[in-house]
Amino acid sequence: MGEPLLSIDDLHVKFSRSEDEVYAVNGVSFTIDANEALGIVGESGSGKSVTLMSAIGLLRENGKITSGTANFQGQNLLKLRPKQLEDIRGRDIGVVFQDPMTSLNPIMRIGDQIMEAMLTHHYAGRKEAFERTLQLLHEMGIPDPKSRFKSYPHEFSGGMRQRIMIAIALACEPQLLIADEPTTALDVTVQMQILALLQDLRRKRGMSVVMVTHDFGLATNFCDNIIVMYGGQIMEKATTDQFIREAAHPYSLGLKRSIIEVGHKGKEILPIPKTAKTLTAALTGCPFADRCNYTTDRCRQEVPQLRAFGTNHELACHHAEEVACYVR
Amino acid sequence: MSDNPLLRVENISKTFRVQGKKLHAIENVSFTLEAGKTLGLVGESGSGKSTLGRLVLRLLESDKGKIFFDGADLSKMSKEKLRALRRDMQIIFQDPKASLSPRMTVGDAIEDAMAIHKIGTKASRRARMTELLERVGLPSEIQYAYPHELSGGQLQRVGIARALSLNPKLIICDEPVSALDVSIQVQVIQLLRDLQQEFNLTYIFISHNLAVVEYLSDEIAVLYLGEVVEQAPADELFKTPTHPYTQVLLDSILKIPETPEMKQQMVSIQGEVPSPLNPPSGCTFHPRCPYADDHCRSVKPVQSLVADGHVAACHRVKEPQDLLLLNAK
Amino acid sequence: MASTVTATQSPDSAVSKQRRRSQFYQGWKRFKRHKLAVIGLVWVVIFCIAGVIGPWVAPYDYRTGDFLAINQGPTWTHIFGTDNVGHDMFSQILYSIRSALIIAVGATLVSFIIGIILGLWAGLRGGLADIIIMRAVDFMMTLPGFLFALILVIMLGRGYLSLILAIGIPGWAGYARLIRSLVLSMRDGEMVEAARALGASQAHIARRYMLPNVVGSMGVALAFGIPGDLIQIAGLSIFGMGLRPPIPSFGSMIAQASENVLGFPWLLYFPAGIFAITLLSFLFVADGLQEAFSPKGGN
Repeated sequence: MGEPLLSIDDLHVKFSRSEDEVYAVNGVSFTIDANEALGIVGESGSGKSVTLMSAIGLLRENGKITSGTANFQGQNLLKLRPKQLEDIRGRDIGVVFQDPMTSLNPIMRIGDQIMEAMLTHHYAGRKEAFERTLQLLHEMGIPDPKSRFKSYPHEFSGGMRQRIMIAIALACEPQLLIADEPTTALDVTVQMQILALLQDLRRKRGMSVVMVTHDFGLATNFCDNIIVMYGGQIMEKATTDQFIREAAHPYSLGLKRSIIEVGHKGKEILPIPKTAKTLTAALTGCPFADRCNYTTDRCRQEVPQLRAFGTNHELACHHAEEVACYVR
Repeated sequence: MSDNPLLRVENISKTFRVQGKKLHAIENVSFTLEAGKTLGLVGESGSGKSTLGRLVLRLLESDKGKIFFDGADLSKMSKEKLRALRRDMQIIFQDPKASLSPRMTVGDAIEDAMAIHKIGTKASRRARMTELLERVGLPSEIQYAYPHELSGGQLQRVGIARALSLNPKLIICDEPVSALDVSIQVQVIQLLRDLQQEFNLTYIFISHNLAVVEYLSDEIAVLYLGEVVEQAPADELFKTPTHPYTQVLLDSILKIPETPEMKQQMVSIQGEVPSPLNPPSGCTFHPRCPYADDHCRSVKPVQSLVADGHVAACHRVKEPQDLLLLNAK
Repeated sequence: MASTVTATQSPDSAVSKQRRRSQFYQGWKRFKRHKLAVIGLVWVVIFCIAGVIGPWVAPYDYRTGDFLAINQGPTWTHIFGTDNVGHDMFSQILYSIRSALIIAVGATLVSFIIGIILGLWAGLRGGLADIIIMRAVDFMMTLPGFLFALILVIMLGRGYLSLILAIGIPGWAGYARLIRSLVLSMRDGEMVEAARALGASQAHIARRYMLPNVVGSMGVALAFGIPGDLIQIAGLSIFGMGLRPPIPSFGSMIAQASENVLGFPWLLYFPAGIFAITLLSFLFVADGLQEAFSPKGGN
């Protein structure tokens, strides 16, 4: 295998608030290969979204990248000027957000918005861009592209808007698509439609997808590899198959066990106790220590580092071996 | 079914006027619910499930139909009598923060519920409030907090405590966990389940999340464009989903696979939920249904009996049972 | 984005009793951040104190002039100078503050009370009441309020009460419209629906749920209303329609002084300057309040 498409190394991100600082991302490293679908799973506050948004320069104003690199095609994205990043975003990296309405221009015809993506990046000339827009709309499963070209965002349903967002993201045929909770606001049947569409596009174009989600079901069924984040750290990282078979981090296990799925009726579900805390100081131990069943003094004193745990499987836990024995 | 259910809803309908057009939010919905049981209402956005919940409580007035609660005809009741009766039927909202006053501490919010119905004295309401906070798993200091100081999970517990303070018989839970993080969802759902057993509560549980609905419900009604397309006991519905829409819904759920081989394929259903302003002719599901034929496009199906206590509004129900099951997979 | 980092969990344990005051405390903290608002507040407080204790601390009576000291510039005995009949300007200003404050606050309250009643009525009842009240609001808004006040003064006379009414009555429309819009935005909201579901009566909902949530905006509107009414009083006085002489007022002092600005400029500078600073201060305070307490300034 050659160079990874995107490799993020030791990323740290902080947010400043009026009275304190939030340690949002605390040393995250991972790579995405060509044609890979990576799922980054975590609850709100886990830093999953911030990690990717920092890498592509979409960090909120009060956020600051304190260290780390994000290499994409030989350049460190974190060192680029905003203008250069804008150039890469939309051309080489497509981004789709949870709420399409916030990223679509309400007073611009959707066709023009898709075309604009291609024109600003000099991806295609006017005529070509127009043709391609129609084709994209068709590919996205939007009926009657020619007349829908002239519609405005509010004339579409949530699912259709998300397709338009995807069309814009894909307009310049990026090598990487970053999808931040793209289906969370959608109904299940529509979610299925969007996922099928994405999978199809991946197959056809060899595009890589990073799926940021809180939904384990989605990640495990859609992605090749899975990263579980908590407290701004990677807790577990594995191929999906490996993850399904032998997830061993207490947090992953806890989450998996706490999800109510069809067929769970009558079963006792064990929720993870307490709630996640916002980190306002550097970690001094495992961020999950105060909610974990296996916590020892070591967990509170020593930050667990990501380490190999079997093939294609890494995790950050001092006691993974014992946990694995106990669970199986 | 017993002869004396806690709640009986008969053919209620509700039409809104939107941009001069008629929007049939709920059409001819009927069901009965026995005390201590849970009816789950599932459906996608625009299915009318939240509207139905509000019609049952008469927070919205229905255009026609009858609602019998605890033997009394709600639909004919005067506003004053209804207000007094609200003690017995409560609702928990999707967004607990929006349902609480930002200028009232959560303790005051709970006490106010009891004060409205002149339950007990000031001191006894206070005592009951602290007791309730504890029962829903919150520290008693939280009574002094304002809603914006609490997390979504904590606020939803406050919402539950407020509903409980009136000792209701029926609680309508309108998407109570969909705004919460996964690990908090389970905490709240288990709380709801425990409270149901403890106080013999009756729930109408509204959600788009089938797994959560299944977990809590005894009976499930599937709504599509304001109509009940299928209704059955929970296990029956999941074992033998009969309406094509129910089947699609079930197939769209992404479960964590138990083994890598069980990973699901992303197979999508055609079409979108049609606009309720302009519903399709015949069976409203026909544009998305893989089995639709001309009959479906022109004639609206009525609910027919699939099995005991299991109804579905689909023309195919008349087909032989085994063929149906064959198609289901 | 679902997974923003900051806005998630909150204190899961100790929420102390002191936090009951936290709403005001937080607001005060936000208010303090605005320097101009704080300076304005200091001036407003001084102004109000002067209005209350003015008659007792004023070195001279407002009625009697010192004929031996006419049109004097500032001296140690008359720090703001004297006018053409020997009135001590400092004392005149102190008395003017009192009358201006009484009329401005009174008039604002009159507008406000009428506005709140009609606004609540329109917002809560809806239907025909709403239509009629809102048409009246539109009508009032198109009338020049000052002219209306002038006519009312002519009809009612030039006493304290009649000035309060004359300025207050035409001013209700703005408040009514504000309250109605606040009520409407809440009426169909989930908070009110939840209260209805609890079985609360209309009156209870209005008192316990709606009112506390509008006081912030109302306070801000009031704070903006007072300087507006101060201008109206001064305007009426300039037209000779303020309080009857010899009661001094900013308007009459300014009107008189401007007749001979070149000869005796201090007669204009002091009252006009103090009046202008006061207006600005009220506006700064109102601005600060808006930042601190209005819903948008929440976080």
